[in-house]
Amino acid sequence: MADVAEAVARRSYGKLLAFLAARHRDVAAAEDALSEAFAAALESWPRTGPPDNPEAWLLTTARRKLIDAGRRSRSGAEAMPHLTMLGEELAELAQTGSDIPDRRLALMFTCAHPAIDEAVRAPLMLQTLLGFDAAMIAQAFMVQPAAMGQRLVRAKAKIREAGIPFRVPERFELASRLPPVLDAIYALFTEGWGNPASHRDFTGEGIWLGRLLVELLPDEPEALGLLALMLHAEARKAARRNGMGSFVPLSEQDTSAWNSAMIAEAEENLRRAACFGMAGRFQLEAAIQSAHAARRLNGTTDWTAIERFYTGLMDLSPSPVIAVNHAVALAEAQGFAVGLAALEAAAADHRLSDYQPYWAARARLLEDAGNNAEAHAAYTRAIDLESDVAVQEFLTGKRDRLLH
Amino acid sequence: MQYLLMIYDNEAARAKLSKEDDDKILAAYGVYYEAMAKAGVMKGGQRLRPSPDATTVRVADGKTKVLNGPYAETKEQLGGYFLIEAADLDAAIAWAARCPGASHGAMEVRPIWPM
Repeated sequence: MADVAEAVARRSYGKLLAFLAARHRDVAAAEDALSEAFAAALESWPRTGPPDNPEAWLLTTARRKLIDAGRRSRSGAEAMPHLTMLGEELAELAQTGSDIPDRRLALMFTCAHPAIDEAVRAPLMLQTLLGFDAAMIAQAFMVQPAAMGQRLVRAKAKIREAGIPFRVPERFELASRLPPVLDAIYALFTEGWGNPASHRDFTGEGIWLGRLLVELLPDEPEALGLLALMLHAEARKAARRNGMGSFVPLSEQDTSAWNSAMIAEAEENLRRAACFGMAGRFQLEAAIQSAHAARRLNGTTDWTAIERFYTGLMDLSPSPVIAVNHAVALAEAQGFAVGLAALEAAAADHRLSDYQPYWAARARLLEDAGNNAEAHAAYTRAIDLESDVAVQEFLTGKRDRLLH
Repeated sequence: MQYLLMIYDNEAARAKLSKEDDDKILAAYGVYYEAMAKAGVMKGGQRLRPSPDATTVRVADGKTKVLNGPYAETKEQLGGYFLIEAADLDAAIAWAARCPGASHGAMEVRPIWPM
């Protein structure tokens, strides 16, 4: 019976919490009440057998806990009208046997509200929609558990005290309100991606949220683009390391080790996005990954197309990071001299002086140009800036080969 | 919920405006004020005299210390406020964005702490 409670928790946690939090307008109180309801389920279901409708049972129990907690505090007393309405709604749902309304999209917009500290948006989504605790989230984001716990508590207090609503923005607001949601999901994904040594890998959770977003908001090309981008990256996960655990760069990866089902899903999402005829940052990045993925079909990479996509990205949202990638694509499409010139132009931005991919790209292009002395220095700088041991070893191998 | 919309403005720049431009801003505030009154959200609001007219007061060891000038010397100073009733932060933000102050300065939106 405990298994039933655990299965419901895994499947429905985010949905139950979103429903409670949206009705009660208090994430922290809803979390406490829901966790008490799950504890009560673990205690009573083994004796009584699981109820016919476990979700409704949990919500009704959680509502009772909210009322108990509300009696003990003044702010709780103000919430009583909401709780009375919630009770009526639950009774109606039980009577009609209909599903609880899915408020997870509204919760996503609350977590990624512009009034919430940007650094805590992705952790907040992990906690509220997926039920992870602060300690686990802290590990993935490489911060102290106490610090992460405090940030989450502060964010939830702000939602309550500043009156951040639980609602899906109107169509005309989406242009400004959707990007922070997409950015938070992508931050979650890249956190997992850039930190393979972490005990907990959140790339899967990023994709899960991306799928959920696309399911709830099917007509947003950038949401489709983001999902396609994450799926393309995830599809190559196994190929990033060889049998000995060494790093394998994209150009040398064994394409048969790529996950073809994920690539197909990515391509389908990208195709759907393209139907809207509104290019965006995530669609362009996904298109670049799609061009790389095409190598599994014909064995070649269309660098001219990739270079064009990067030019599009530079126009749309110029950044030194994109400038580096653009320079690499230029080198592949038009030769190392063109690439090196673009890279040197990009280096005018001093933020690149501590950016590992810049130094790795510079090392490679200088090596192609036969400038071994400067290539050696650039490899050394890239190695110093890299935290992933497997990549460090790969770069060290490249550098030491220059000496022969 | 009630929110205080605080208007922060560059006083020096405002003082340099021509009479015509200043009148335009005042007219915009008039329109804004009426829109809020009509929507029934307005609980109060005033324009403040510039910060050189401010006096800062502190009491330490029973002694009152009075200083000339605002609490903090910053380029942008509190120049006025509106107290509004709004359903949630999004509604308050929408009213703040419509305020002429959002275009010539910055608006700070703070929920009222209910007593």
